[in-house]
Amino acid sequence: MTIVLRTRTLLTLTTATTLLLAGCHKKASAPPPYTAPSIAAAAAPTATITASPEAIDMGSSVVLTWRTSGATSVNIDGIGPVNLSGTQNVTPSNSTNFHLTATGDGGTAEASVRVTVRVPVAPTSGTSSNLGDTGTDAAFHAAVQDVFFDYDSSDLRPDATTNANNAAAYLNAHTGIKVLIGGYCDERGSAEYNLALGETRAGAAKTALVNAGVSASRIRVVSYGKEKQFCTEQDESCYQQNRRAQFLIDK
Amino acid sequence: MTTRSLSAPFRCALLLLGVASAAVLHAQDNVLTGTNTGADRVRIAAADFKAGSPDAAGLKRVFDTVLFSDLGNAGVFDLVSKSLQPQVQPGSPAELKLADWSGGATNASFVAFGSYGVSGGRSTVNGYVFDTHNPQYPQVLGKQYVDAADENGARTVAHKFADEIILRLGGGLPGIAESKIFYVHAAGGTKEIWAMDYDGANPHAVTHLGTISLSPRVSPDNSRVAFSSLGNDGWQIRVFSLLLNRMVTSPSGGGTNLSPAWSASGQLAYSSSRSGDPEIYVADGNGNGARRVTTSRGPDVSPTWNPKTNSQIAWVSGRTGLPQLYVMDADGAGIQRMTDGGYATSVSWSPNGQFLAFAWNRKYGPGAPGGQDIYVMDVASKRWVQLTNGVGRCDFPSWSPDGRHIAYAVGSGARAEIWTMLADGTGKHRLLGSGNDMPNWSFR
Repeated sequence: MTIVLRTRTLLTLTTATTLLLAGCHKKASAPPPYTAPSIAAAAAPTATITASPEAIDMGSSVVLTWRTSGATSVNIDGIGPVNLSGTQNVTPSNSTNFHLTATGDGGTAEASVRVTVRVPVAPTSGTSSNLGDTGTDAAFHAAVQDVFFDYDSSDLRPDATTNANNAAAYLNAHTGIKVLIGGYCDERGSAEYNLALGETRAGAAKTALVNAGVSASRIRVVSYGKEKQFCTEQDESCYQQNRRAQFLIDK
Repeated sequence: MTTRSLSAPFRCALLLLGVASAAVLHAQDNVLTGTNTGADRVRIAAADFKAGSPDAAGLKRVFDTVLFSDLGNAGVFDLVSKSLQPQVQPGSPAELKLADWSGGATNASFVAFGSYGVSGGRSTVNGYVFDTHNPQYPQVLGKQYVDAADENGARTVAHKFADEIILRLGGGLPGIAESKIFYVHAAGGTKEIWAMDYDGANPHAVTHLGTISLSPRVSPDNSRVAFSSLGNDGWQIRVFSLLLNRMVTSPSGGGTNLSPAWSASGQLAYSSSRSGDPEIYVADGNGNGARRVTTSRGPDVSPTWNPKTNSQIAWVSGRTGLPQLYVMDADGAGIQRMTDGGYATSVSWSPNGQFLAFAWNRKYGPGAPGGQDIYVMDVASKRWVQLTNGVGRCDFPSWSPDGRHIAYAVGSGARAEIWTMLADGTGKHRLLGSGNDMPNWSFR
């Protein structure tokens, strides 16, 4: 079947297509790929990096362990040049991607690991009395800011991550609050699809809160798509206003 | 070619599909939707009916207007303009002179005529169709209809007579004049499900829920309407019985539940985020036994069944970024991507299984040229044709039961209107003004 497929395809598709297809089906009938003379060939480096544990409380440390082969220099973003293999204790203050780049004669290899830092309960006087604390609406809205999204994206931007972490800190300090996350989209695009996209946006904000230590059972998610708009002007500043996950006290 | 590739490893299949799509996905003007096959249209004249009594005149005018409009809407006739017709109203075969109709400017091959009588609160309509070129045996159709002597009855009889004529002379496909269109009507901050006749007449509310209800889909037997409604438990699939004239219970799943779709055999597919991410689920007609059929991260929404086979589902997925059209088997296997880029949503599968109608913005992005328009794609070849252009943002195409028409929304939000056109993009006209969105044409 593969042969039939390729024969037909060769007749109709471009050379580029043929190359792609050949990569797909490495069978005996394909010409052997060109290989460089092996004299100077250096194996491409390999790299792995792990963190233990991958989730910590703020202030705790985490052990990074990395191994490389075929590399001449190894660099970890935020740490700098390091040994070819090794371990190191780090104490990140917020959730961090440790990205390792191994450079050798045969090229470069990359590996990364994400360390999630749970934001601690904000220290307040009389900690025990805060259990079940529901705070005030004003305090909630001062501390818990909505998060905004890029065009047709449900990924949290850096500013959105900051907002979500601040929101999580407040929610961890006021455990009596249940939160309703509303997912919103700008007016462009299709209403049905935007409801699904709004759901994905609200879900991304929920995931950020859960990773920051807020119990999932305290969070409810509703997508409003473009059914309830914050503004109706047809310009980018209004579109940005509408591309958000909104935090409300779920009463 | 693409079918063969499905047996290859999945990664390769995707790659091959991407390449093959790029090779064949060019604008085609030879997508044959059944209304643009070049066959000569039958020239037919619809005579004004003869009123059986003076009090029938008002209803008769309604009947004449609706019949003329139905035959014109059908898209399969060359309908003789009223101004080219002889000034006679033959009420019975004995009063018809074929020569009046076959020659001159009228030049009709067929003539529809008859009488409209009212007695005892009932309308009695005798309708005939005669072949003007067969003087010896001219009668093609002769039927009597009885209905209530009111405007709705006059409309109903006209629709039935038109459908009979379309069935006889229009290539054997039943007409659609008796079909309904369900839609979303926005007013006062709420959105309710409404219904109307296929020609925009008789718009009326179906639900009175006082919230936002979207995506109405009428069941194949016209007994129920499923839709998505925002309640205290978020978006749920809810069902209204058109027989009981009230809501019926349907299971409430967790998460956001959107965009129900009936198969021709009565199964329901819809999008649900009960597992955390919007995915396509398939359940029975009562919403029970839901099982998940997609597993990819990113929004999956707006399923539509292949009404011919009931074994395939087309839907919209944002798994690679902007939403694209995909087709899969109803169990989630054999996924094919159909569109090669842009922003593609709101897919509807044609009754003969051959075409997908969908909304597509091919150059999506801030400042990009063009807009969101209705397209039709031939499923087997992935060739497509653009049906709307320059009228504003078009969305939510829905096929008529005969596959010759597509209803769609123009504009969005409170500005949305409902329009209809033939499946080759001709005959566009508005059915409802602003505040009406998401049309869904009944199965029959």
